[in-house]
Amino acid sequence: MIRLLSFAAAALALLAAGQAQAHPHVWVTIKSEVVYGADGAATGLRHAWTFDDMFSTFATQGLASKEKGKFTREELAPLAEVNVSSLKDFDYFTVARANGKKADLKAPVDYYLEFTDGLLTLHFTLPLAAPVKAQSLDFEVADPTYFVDFSFAEKEPVRLTGAPQACKIAALRPGEGGSQAKPQGQAGEAFFNNLGASSNYGSQFANKIQVRCP
Amino acid sequence: MPVKTLAGGRKATYLFLLLALAAGVLVVLGLADAFAQNPFGAPRAPTAPPPPDGVAGWIMQKQAEFYRMLNGTIRSAKTDGSAVWLLMGISFAYGIFHAAGPGHGKAVISSYLVANEETWKRGVTLSFLSAMLQALVAVLVVGIAAALLGATAGTMTRAVWWIEIVSYALIAAIGARLLWVKGRGFLREWAALRAPKSVGAAATHAHEHHHGHHHHHHDHHGHDHAHHDHGHDHAHDHHDHDDHSGHSHGPTPDQLAGPGGWKRGLTAIVAVGLRPCSGAILVLVFALAQGIFWAGIAATFVMGLGTAITVAAIATLTVTATGLAARLAATRTGYGALALRGIEVAASIVVLLFGVALLAGYMASERLIGV
Repeated sequence: MIRLLSFAAAALALLAAGQAQAHPHVWVTIKSEVVYGADGAATGLRHAWTFDDMFSTFATQGLASKEKGKFTREELAPLAEVNVSSLKDFDYFTVARANGKKADLKAPVDYYLEFTDGLLTLHFTLPLAAPVKAQSLDFEVADPTYFVDFSFAEKEPVRLTGAPQACKIAALRPGEGGSQAKPQGQAGEAFFNNLGASSNYGSQFANKIQVRCP
Repeated sequence: MPVKTLAGGRKATYLFLLLALAAGVLVVLGLADAFAQNPFGAPRAPTAPPPPDGVAGWIMQKQAEFYRMLNGTIRSAKTDGSAVWLLMGISFAYGIFHAAGPGHGKAVISSYLVANEETWKRGVTLSFLSAMLQALVAVLVVGIAAALLGATAGTMTRAVWWIEIVSYALIAAIGARLLWVKGRGFLREWAALRAPKSVGAAATHAHEHHHGHHHHHHDHHGHDHAHHDHGHDHAHDHHDHDDHSGHSHGPTPDQLAGPGGWKRGLTAIVAVGLRPCSGAILVLVFALAQGIFWAGIAATFVMGLGTAITVAAIATLTVTATGLAARLAATRTGYGALALRGIEVAASIVVLLFGVALLAGYMASERLIGV
């Protein structure tokens, strides 16, 4: 009987594992710029997302191109359109907060795809619904369903464009910094209690862009 | 005497634990599958994943690691023949870990087996056949669409989307059918438990249970027959065959080879195996682009083999747990058997529910090629 029960326990452990989310099938390397207007207010976030080689190959499969294995911006335009319109359903995997309050983002502008060395890069700008002047401006990029794995580029993942001199920008990888989200562990109750309407459920593994303007 | 009572009490506790376990297994599997299988189709907020840590995190990390190794290995396999073996090894490992995550029909297969009182052997066969079919579908989709027709990713995704809808609809249909059959079985069991008490036969009924429950059962209905209306009884008799194996000794060999047995299983194989895994599609397209499609095909089937092993193991665990509960239930009064019928009904509901959930997730969002 004891053996039977330990067997049952093993079964449960396996099942707990079954609860794990699907692993990522798409990898994205993020490079982002926070863009400012002439008046010193932030106007939006300009993303450049580079997809992994398998997904890049998949996405460009069968696309017509003049030169084999190479794609121009124009040839990729229809695909960029599909990308951007499907991203809408996921809120562009991006959350913006000005002084801790959620700031709305508008539909992307200036979007296009580039194909370099077999990798696709999607460029798009997410304008803030209203330009903001804030002491703290934060963006979080993540896919809570974990189908897409986002990570910052190694070199210069984030930068400021046209920001006031005093402003500083930082890129925090998942688990780094962030006062409200503990880096790891403690799933269970605390985690779910924090899943209120206002909380950001993805924050535990989100890539964070922090802009501080004293 | 007190010893015996104690043993009986413990047995009841174990029975309870096992029933709870089997039920928990199905619910967990069902939820994980229904809501996490397709991130692009699933609603966002409720699917917030647990932070990746512990066993789950480890499995997730391993899957991702193996998956990430695939593209590099395919590249090297292009020039270096020995890398093909490495590719096969990685594909196999990936399949094993990947199937531990959501999807791959663990829940459908497990629930289906429980609801149908199937043996673990059939569970293993179902797992392998559905995994092989899954690999085959992936190869056919990419082979026909991409390799032969030069279709775009969008076209392929649309094709897969349709295949998925058919697959999910089939799952829902299987669930509905199971619920219909098992639900009636449950109600009959319920009625059978009540009926003898009213005629004052409760004592004999309970006593004879551990000796030959089904014989008694059968006889009892035979008697009943005389008093009750014909149509009702006909259905009864028909089902009694299934019933006895359920509460007494587990499925008998004749049930395995019984008429319609494999046909019944075939629907489940198709329902589960129809849906190709997106990882396999990506691997195949990538291999195709590298000019070594054959390596992609081999990798896909090896992946399927790995997947089958995990699914078969989980299905076996579920079936064994239910089988043990069944054996314990057989030594107890009719209520144990009733509880088992209840589990079958629950398993049927799980199959139906997540067929519907998957379908709803898909119908609601026509996401073609996400990002």
